[in-house]
Amino acid sequence: MFLINCPYCGERDQQEFKAGGEAHIERPKQPTELSDDEWAEYLFMRKNIKGVQFERWNHAHGCRKWFNMVRDTSNDEIKAIYKMGEKPPSQ
Amino acid sequence: MKNKYSIFSLVKNAFNYHENWQRAWKDPMPKKVYDIVIVGGGGHGLATAYYLAKKHNINNIAVVEKGWIGGGNTGRNTTIIRSNYLWDASAGLYDHALKIWEGLSQELNYNVMFSQRGVMNLAHNLQDVRDLKRRTHANRLNGIDAVYLSTEEVKKFCPIINTSTDIRYPVLGGTLQRRAGTARHDAVAWGYARGADAMGVDIIQNCEVKGIKRNGDSVEGIETTKGFIKTKKVGVVAAGHSSVIANMAGLRLPLESKPLQALVSEPVKPIIDTVVMSNAVHAYVSQSDKGELVIGAGTDDYVSYTQKGSHQIVEGTLNAILELYPIFSRMRMLRQWGGIVDICPDASPILSKTSIKGLYFNCGWGTGGFKATPGSGDLFAHTIANDEPHKLNAAFNLNRFVSGDLVDEHGAAAVAH
Repeated sequence: MFLINCPYCGERDQQEFKAGGEAHIERPKQPTELSDDEWAEYLFMRKNIKGVQFERWNHAHGCRKWFNMVRDTSNDEIKAIYKMGEKPPSQ
Repeated sequence: MKNKYSIFSLVKNAFNYHENWQRAWKDPMPKKVYDIVIVGGGGHGLATAYYLAKKHNINNIAVVEKGWIGGGNTGRNTTIIRSNYLWDASAGLYDHALKIWEGLSQELNYNVMFSQRGVMNLAHNLQDVRDLKRRTHANRLNGIDAVYLSTEEVKKFCPIINTSTDIRYPVLGGTLQRRAGTARHDAVAWGYARGADAMGVDIIQNCEVKGIKRNGDSVEGIETTKGFIKTKKVGVVAAGHSSVIANMAGLRLPLESKPLQALVSEPVKPIIDTVVMSNAVHAYVSQSDKGELVIGAGTDDYVSYTQKGSHQIVEGTLNAILELYPIFSRMRMLRQWGGIVDICPDASPILSKTSIKGLYFNCGWGTGGFKATPGSGDLFAHTIANDEPHKLNAAFNLNRFVSGDLVDEHGAAAVAH
């Protein structure tokens, strides 16, 4: 449990938010040309990092907007929050 | 086994004020080379080493554990054992484990306190009723004991459940697997450790893996905090940290690691003599031999390795417990903790070879791996020894995420995820 600074609403309790998993997984540009291996990679394989990870979050019980977060999964410390479409901060 | 536990050894040692018991396993430094190294000294890892030595006559094995054995999810779970899974592949896997549980204390000469007190799963809405009836039928077709109970039968089997029709999620029925139950989780790790050690397996504690050395597409050894260990076969049984080890080898797994919480109450006199699980409202409870209520809470929805978890998860579970068991309303909770569970997209485990020769993974047990400990060890040992899966774990390969042959057990998994 921690506080999240929603880029639209400000600081709120984590239980208002829904975690959306790993960020910056790009949807395949040519889905019809993808091999089964590539589909598996896109759909299922995750970095699942212990340490600094880029994630998507949704303010589900608030403004319902999506945004990105950089978080250390070993101690739940939030390093940065940025809006969808913005470039991820370099570490 | 040189130091067999029995009534006679107990009497003999009583004469020496119990000061001469031998240690149950040694504390060796790692050798330079092993035939097989198992990464992770939890129940599954130790069982794997035990069956490799016992059934496949491979004795030059090390189990490396970053903390102490059984200190991860083996010592953190709610010890529920059952095999009432929906699909044939899962039924085969989990019932194989349950059959080994039934003779495990005798086999290990170590009391794992396996208690077949039954596990009841409750239905709280019409879809639950349909799903649980379907699962009961599927279980019986697979030779797994299962019965469907009406609300009255639920009440008769466990009288403290509130079966009133005016609660928020009334009990509409349930299933019962009588062969299911609980075991002493620490004893499972210790029993397997003692058995494996007696057959020559080196159990190396406080030894963290820092890297996996590859030569092209095959494994050459592992870097650890106690130096480099040369080996051609590495079996990774690292639960929540499986992805961390996989990343060292340049592999990606279909896993997300999340905190799962459990809690126990102050000890009280016997009040609940079975295990009751309820997926819909997310409450499951049993009573330990010490008298504590053992309560399983849920997972957080974000990736975290903190072994903590959020307060609202515990609060939600306790709300459900209080509605189902009003008798517990004045119980005080004694301890709460979290463990990191590695969750697969289909809520089924992975016991598999990988694209790297000599590297095997046993992971993805998610929220319910304890019940499978003996079967998982047995089948993973077979997979490593023969470089081929056993027919019981063939469906649980990594390739199912490519082929699409997923084993969707979200309905039968311990915790909805």
